[in-house]
Amino acid sequence: MSLYQEVILDHYRNPRNQGNIKNATHSAHASNISCGDKLHIDIIVKNDIIEDVRFLGSGCAISQASASLLTETIKKMPVEKVRALQSKDILELLNIQLSPTRLKCGLLSLETVKKALDTQREKKEKM
Amino acid sequence: MFSHNIFKKHFPLFSHHPELIYLDSGATALKPQQVIDAEIDYLSHYSTNSARGLYPLAEMVTEKIESVREKVAHFIGAKDAREIIFTSGTTGSLNLVSQLLNTQISPDDNIVTTLMEHHSNFLPWKELARAKNVDFRILPLTREGVLDTENFKKYLDEKTKIVALSAISNVLGTITPLEQIIPLVRTLSPHALIVVDAAQAVAHETIDVTKWDVDFLAFSGHKMFGPTGIGILYGRKNILETLTPVCFGGGMVLDACATDTLYKDIPARFEAGTLHLSGIFALGSALDFIQSIGIEKIREHEQSLTLYTIDRLKKTFAENITILGPQDHDLRSSIISFVFKDIHPHDIASVLGEHNICVRAGEHCTMPLHQSLGIDATTRLSLSIYNTREDIDTLIDVLKKIQTMFC
Repeated sequence: MSLYQEVILDHYRNPRNQGNIKNATHSAHASNISCGDKLHIDIIVKNDIIEDVRFLGSGCAISQASASLLTETIKKMPVEKVRALQSKDILELLNIQLSPTRLKCGLLSLETVKKALDTQREKKEKM
Repeated sequence: MFSHNIFKKHFPLFSHHPELIYLDSGATALKPQQVIDAEIDYLSHYSTNSARGLYPLAEMVTEKIESVREKVAHFIGAKDAREIIFTSGTTGSLNLVSQLLNTQISPDDNIVTTLMEHHSNFLPWKELARAKNVDFRILPLTREGVLDTENFKKYLDEKTKIVALSAISNVLGTITPLEQIIPLVRTLSPHALIVVDAAQAVAHETIDVTKWDVDFLAFSGHKMFGPTGIGILYGRKNILETLTPVCFGGGMVLDACATDTLYKDIPARFEAGTLHLSGIFALGSALDFIQSIGIEKIREHEQSLTLYTIDRLKKTFAENITILGPQDHDLRSSIISFVFKDIHPHDIASVLGEHNICVRAGEHCTMPLHQSLGIDATTRLSLSIYNTREDIDTLIDVLKKIQTMFC
């Protein structure tokens, strides 16, 4: 089966939730240095719920479609549920088998989202 | 150009995967049957150690290993087989020479490499410069991707101790005209030792360490139809003789009990431990294979196919494709890297892979070069004797599909 199923190509060509959020409560940037996938994610958390989430990025179709699909999924989801998401959930979302080399492309979105949520938590703890 | 490829039949991979279009010989070349047979021949008919045993089988192995050493010397234009050191590959060779030269660096010296180097001819020198706390300089390239000789004076001086450069760039495909470059380096830096990474050149153009006037040269067996795990470091005899070993063990010592350990002569003193004997047998066969065709004929086939590929890519995709490297075809080898609109090279390579076309995508172990070009990654085609125009036509067809899919 091709990696490039219509749903992935669709999300790559017409990304959902693309852009920045000015009053984001949580933000993070992450990249796959070796292949150049880049992702920036802004989140608004309100009452422990993902109120809004947007991303900006560049890179391969898998990394960008994964970000689009993930932002769509986690919007309105409780933060704790997002924190509990695992690699297998992303693969289910993408609905494809990823080789070890492409896995990091597919998982960059989740890594960035978790990093955003953690970054804010660290700040709070310091305060 | 061969309408029917007469070389393909030598490579059993194509019998197992008849549909395969292999455009990744820059990563590793495929293995002809005779090379596979030679490796099996060692394992099944010899199987004993070299340079140690006194029984006939072991003597035969020693003889065979030394005959391959002679063959390698002849192949690269070395005057003396003792200048040939067996290593694990280009990376092993370049790390070895960088360690051997550690004692040669004085505090005011500098080490020079180029922007087109593979990490294996970049990091060992960067680390050596850092360890010795000396200046590390990187020769720039012109916009075309060839060494910018106009600016050599800014980088090369009397204090330059090492100049490390590639015979052929593994990304740009640029052939460095060493016959012209090295005299320039020698004039500006008379004390410099010149180290050449010939990994991408060895199965594609004639190598002549004597004519080129290089001090060290490194290459791998597996990029010249041989097996992985075997490589060569050539070192000029009078320099090698002054260097102390950096790897110690069996087979390299004359008197291990003396206060000042007495080591064997070159090259044995740099070959501690048992060598990759089956690999050396197979390397000998790979050399025979190349010589039975002739480097000139290989170059002719590859150059013609490279021209055809570039021409078809440009005509089909016009401004949507940017091909890196020199425009002058005489300065190009059979490596073609490109950027295709804003489609990520990993997507291109994945879809091509789904169509049985093998290419490389990424930064090809050349981060400094990619950074200077302002691109994260490229798609690389690297051609060899088993490739045909039909391979390229299929590639173009799939690239057309990719263009529709992602844009």
